[in-house]
Amino acid sequence: MKRKAYYARKIKRAAHILFYRRHRRPGVKGWELRKKLGSDYPKVLKILDGYLETLDLQIKTVFEEEKPAGEPTLEQLDKARFYITLRGGLTPKETKMMGWRIDDIAGLATAISYILAKKGKAPREEVEDLLRNKLPGWRVDINMDRYIRSGYLAEDENRQLYLDWRTRAEIDQKALIDLLLGTESEASIS
Amino acid sequence: MSSKRQRKKLGGEHLQRVIDLCKSVEERGLDPFMVDVDDIIAVVRKYFPEWELPQELCLDAETIHHLASVIKLQSEWVKHRSTSLYTDPFLLEEKIRKLSREKLARLFLETWHPIIELEQISPHSLAEALKYWQGLLPISERWLKTGYLEMETGTTTREDLVKLRIIAEKAFSEEMEVFWEELKQRVGGEGKILYWDFIGADTYPETIGRAYMTSFLVTYGYATLEVRPLEEEIFIKPFEKPKSMLGKEQVISIPVSVSFEEWMKWKEAQG
Repeated sequence: MKRKAYYARKIKRAAHILFYRRHRRPGVKGWELRKKLGSDYPKVLKILDGYLETLDLQIKTVFEEEKPAGEPTLEQLDKARFYITLRGGLTPKETKMMGWRIDDIAGLATAISYILAKKGKAPREEVEDLLRNKLPGWRVDINMDRYIRSGYLAEDENRQLYLDWRTRAEIDQKALIDLLLGTESEASIS
Repeated sequence: MSSKRQRKKLGGEHLQRVIDLCKSVEERGLDPFMVDVDDIIAVVRKYFPEWELPQELCLDAETIHHLASVIKLQSEWVKHRSTSLYTDPFLLEEKIRKLSREKLARLFLETWHPIIELEQISPHSLAEALKYWQGLLPISERWLKTGYLEMETGTTTREDLVKLRIIAEKAFSEEMEVFWEELKQRVGGEGKILYWDFIGADTYPETIGRAYMTSFLVTYGYATLEVRPLEEEIFIKPFEKPKSMLGKEQVISIPVSVSFEEWMKWKEAQG
């Protein structure tokens, strides 16, 4: 019973820490969770993740480097960043409530997948040219700035675009590429 | 003589072109395999015996530096091609162009899991903010011009200044000498001590103070650091007499993190 109460308290605390933004960027580092929840914080997060599943939410772990192949070590978890994200996908209607137009989403999908195909780095002009194919020219610049401001893309002094922290946290990059390629081949078969 | 000068000029121009090529690959994201590394190394090797002046050697070093960056890009390229994320950019571009906006958006929504977060003021921070607001003087009062009070001049003693914390009780150099003596006493027969064993103290603020003093001991040549990267150990070794490093050896900075977590780890290890 005592053990149950202990975890119930920790889960509540973890939910508060993860839901409320504490820093300029959302998300909490593993070492911060360890400091607030104790060394068994991975277990606490696992239980919380189970509760969140019923609400279609999940705890997303973004590792500092590439995702480890096996079980992550405590050190890797300490350096990782934890977020609460939607577990499933969104419907186009729902995105309108979030303030995203279909153009904005299609533009973001294009920019991200193109940068991914270019090994994670592409000149801004190339991405903009690609977007102009589908969006009116005046929207392209506005949209690109929005993607950068929101943390989906980053731009360096040589006008090279990279994928930024929000893309790593929110987008299943491999699934995106697979879907893009798969859909097109289906279309060509039919 | 003039042919040597001409060879140098030609070599310099050649290396500059190589640097420009490497830079364009680095900055514009061009295909790194455009650069023929073997060919460039042969060029660098060919002209190397000609270089005598520092600026000529610098140009040679700069070429090697940029070539190394291109080799790194080539290695990243190979690594990326072997990952599951590799896709032919031309193929993908074609597919993106063919898909409608609606279809693209729908596909993206399947892979997009936006972050959920709340931005809300808590009762605690609201109370804190109210307290601050109540204590805040009106802007008209805060921006009043500073008035000057005329006072008679007087005298003060060193003790008064120490009490007022205007000067330290011990001169800094004196304090450093005492610290140096302590270091000399604490090193064993090996003449060195683990950095954390020397700076570590009962409280974290005290540890920070000791780390601060230690950094001055090293900077002013009273001691040196021995870094063992493989073992992840840093030793501090006192000198018998202070050494001036300036102009003799290349001075490098070694950043050492003294975080609260590390101090706790050290403390736990001490039992």
